Amino acid sequence: MTNKVDRSKRQLLIAATTAAGGVAAAGAGAPFVLSLMPSERAKAAGAPVEVDISKLEPGMMMSIEWQGKPVWIVRRTQAMIDALPGHDEELADPGSSVPQQPAYANNFHRSIKPEYFVVLGICTHLGCSPTYRPEVAPVDLGADWDGGWFCPCHGSRFDMAARVYKGAPAPTNMIVPPHKYLSDGRLLIGDDSKGAA
Amino acid sequence: MKLLHKLLGWIDARFPLTATWKAHVSEYYAPKNFNFWYFFGSLALLVLVIQIASGIFLTMNYKPDALFAFASVEYIMRDVQWGWLLRYIHSTGASMFFVVVYLHMFRGLMYGSFRKPRELLWIIGMVIYLMLMAEAFMGYLLPWGQMSFWGAQVIVNLFSSVPFIGPDLALLIRGDFVISDVTLNRFFALHVIAIPLVLVFIVIFHLVALHEVGSNNPDGIEIKKHKDADGKPLDGIPFHPYYTVKDGVGVVGFLIIFCAIIFFAPDMGGYFLEDNNFIPANPMKTPEHIAPVWYFTPYYAILRAVPPMFGSQFPGVVAMGVATMAFFFLPWLDRGKVKSIRYRGPIYKIFLTLFVISFIGLGTLGLLPATPVYTLIARVLAVVYFAFFLLMPWYTRIDKCKHEPDRVTSR
Amino acid sequence: MNAIKKLWMLVLLIAVPAVATAGGAEFHLDKAPVDLEDKVSLQRGAKLFTSYCLSCHSASYMRYNRLMDLGMSEEQIKKDLLLPEGTKLGSTMQAAMDKEAAQQVYGVAPMDLSVIARSRTPDWLYTYMRGFYVDSSRPSGWNNVVFPSVAMPHILAELQGEQTLEVERYEGHEINKLVLAKPGSMGVAEYDATIADLVNYLVFMSEPAKLVRYKLGFIVLGFLFVLLMLVYALKKEIWKDIQH
Repeated sequence: MTNKVDRSKRQLLIAATTAAGGVAAAGAGAPFVLSLMPSERAKAAGAPVEVDISKLEPGMMMSIEWQGKPVWIVRRTQAMIDALPGHDEELADPGSSVPQQPAYANNFHRSIKPEYFVVLGICTHLGCSPTYRPEVAPVDLGADWDGGWFCPCHGSRFDMAARVYKGAPAPTNMIVPPHKYLSDGRLLIGDDSKGAA
Repeated sequence: MKLLHKLLGWIDARFPLTATWKAHVSEYYAPKNFNFWYFFGSLALLVLVIQIASGIFLTMNYKPDALFAFASVEYIMRDVQWGWLLRYIHSTGASMFFVVVYLHMFRGLMYGSFRKPRELLWIIGMVIYLMLMAEAFMGYLLPWGQMSFWGAQVIVNLFSSVPFIGPDLALLIRGDFVISDVTLNRFFALHVIAIPLVLVFIVIFHLVALHEVGSNNPDGIEIKKHKDADGKPLDGIPFHPYYTVKDGVGVVGFLIIFCAIIFFAPDMGGYFLEDNNFIPANPMKTPEHIAPVWYFTPYYAILRAVPPMFGSQFPGVVAMGVATMAFFFLPWLDRGKVKSIRYRGPIYKIFLTLFVISFIGLGTLGLLPATPVYTLIARVLAVVYFAFFLLMPWYTRIDKCKHEPDRVTSR
Repeated sequence: MNAIKKLWMLVLLIAVPAVATAGGAEFHLDKAPVDLEDKVSLQRGAKLFTSYCLSCHSASYMRYNRLMDLGMSEEQIKKDLLLPEGTKLGSTMQAAMDKEAAQQVYGVAPMDLSVIARSRTPDWLYTYMRGFYVDSSRPSGWNNVVFPSVAMPHILAELQGEQTLEVERYEGHEINKLVLAKPGSMGVAEYDATIADLVNYLVFMSEPAKLVRYKLGFIVLGFLFVLLMLVYALKKEIWKDIQH
């Protein structure tokens, strides 16, 4: 019944067709998977944001949206800056050894200029947004509170450079997003590349 | 390999996986003489899968809201990564579904695939066809362009010509006094889940029914009449690997045409995607010329060809309904001694040719504005269309049939 | 009004255009020289679009940074396309004029032009932008050969000049003909080329994916042909088992 079947030719054809069919299936599947990535609209919304910080008063915090997340900009008072190195032994990572900030913000004040502090307003524990508590030693936070952020979800505490205190559920300091000064009064959040914006 | 074998054994003890594979694929015996026309069944299944897959991904980005629907389609076309490809796959797939299904049905008409013992198989197939029309009609509203809106408006208004309950019926379908956000929302629900879900089940029934009675073939004779000692049909060959590889050729051939349209002519000169549908729906302004999408136009031409009687458009609507439903009765209208056109006499061949001409002719006229001349031609073609069905018991009986062969032939 | 009457109105609406098109004098549409490969033309068209059209019309599905597909840099987009102060590159193109204000001035709100080349066709746009003529009976003072009683005035009149519509008798037929009564800053050929650039850009804007679509199409089809040959060879091989 069978006219001489060439087994090896058949095997080769099956292998070649299967391989080509596999490539076709992968090629057809790729656009479907890639369509799940952020769209141009999402990318546009996540583009770097320019902020005018010239009207920010000492001690005050402003909140802006970048990539759908809150970014805080705080203008620290001299007293706040002076208090930063004073409680290293209470912090989990006082030297910011975990890379939660760009290299230019790897210092005791975790910012480019000590006065202005930029931070992503999301707790590193489970993603809640902590509350700004700049006052020193309030009744509810205790006498040793130097000002900082307190997370209402699980009680994580951060100092005025958003470094986490020991014993808090949050594992690391809060994230400092890439940013740069366009001029003295203008910040660009989300982009720290050199050259033109 | 051994582990895989063990796993298969474990599953088979709990679920008939191997048995199902054997019954429907590797030991399903199909006639060995399938020709070109037998590609379209597997292709219809392929298009169904393509439509469901692309539809799911479109749903992730589409907004069924009259305020955002049009913009969300343009969002898919521009902002979603590869969204334009997904959308063109889906819009081209809709038209190709009907191309494939019409050819699949024509195959049935040629080789008598609706005849005993395949009556129920044919009826299930016709239900699929009707569901497909509903699916396509509702899907067409979703881009919320001018053609979407006014096409839906006209078709839904057809229901209002039904005596007594008509106006209430149209209100029930629309959920509003005109096509509106409410209609868009419910059509979306029906289009993305209700009808596809039913469609998938009926397609499974279609396959189960097919494998119960066995496939017809271009000779229109039953291969089950001649079996070997093991009970396998002598003229049958296992579906796998023979028809899986053969259908593979059909699939790749189809994909070449499909991709050529997607990449080079997705609007197909306005037949697959109409120019006017790139204008957002405007309930205050009807476009100058509106026509349904091409796959509905044969029936639409019949609707327009019937003059209003007793001050009502209802007879036209009835004619349109009868034109679609007539296919259901084919198994009992056909009185021919043989099934396949190969052994039929000249009369059936002439009637089938005339029917195809009338179907294509009506389809063309349905796209054109109704001038008096066109209406006259449409009436003639509509008569031919119905004559094919109504006269069938007579002409199939008097037709001079040739003698059917005992075994399948190859040519 | 009962539903049957409504249906009849719809049927009439379908039938009327046939009569209407037979009655109205159709102006012949000129073929638009669209070439999406011509990036320089597309860039010129984009500049024209942002400096003229975008004053009143929006293109609210089109993002500025999409013009990088045409080989424009961020700097070029900002400078050449007069990106409004504070507008991000990823923003969509919004009209300079307020929609309500435009409605007050022209009687209709200027439509969004994102997909205009798909709804109107390139040839129509090419003829339309070259088909304005002076008509004192219109509130704007302008009329158009392919869009009678158009609300938009001839924005590019300073470039094209002023045309008038003359009726010419030719072998017994009446033929409408546009005559340049007062030349503009551009010659006829230069103006036509400028409109060609603009229409070219509008075609691109109506479907930016077109730039990749054709190129990818050739690759996909080429691959499928190879696959077809393989599957066909496999089918031939497997079917050797079957005796005919």
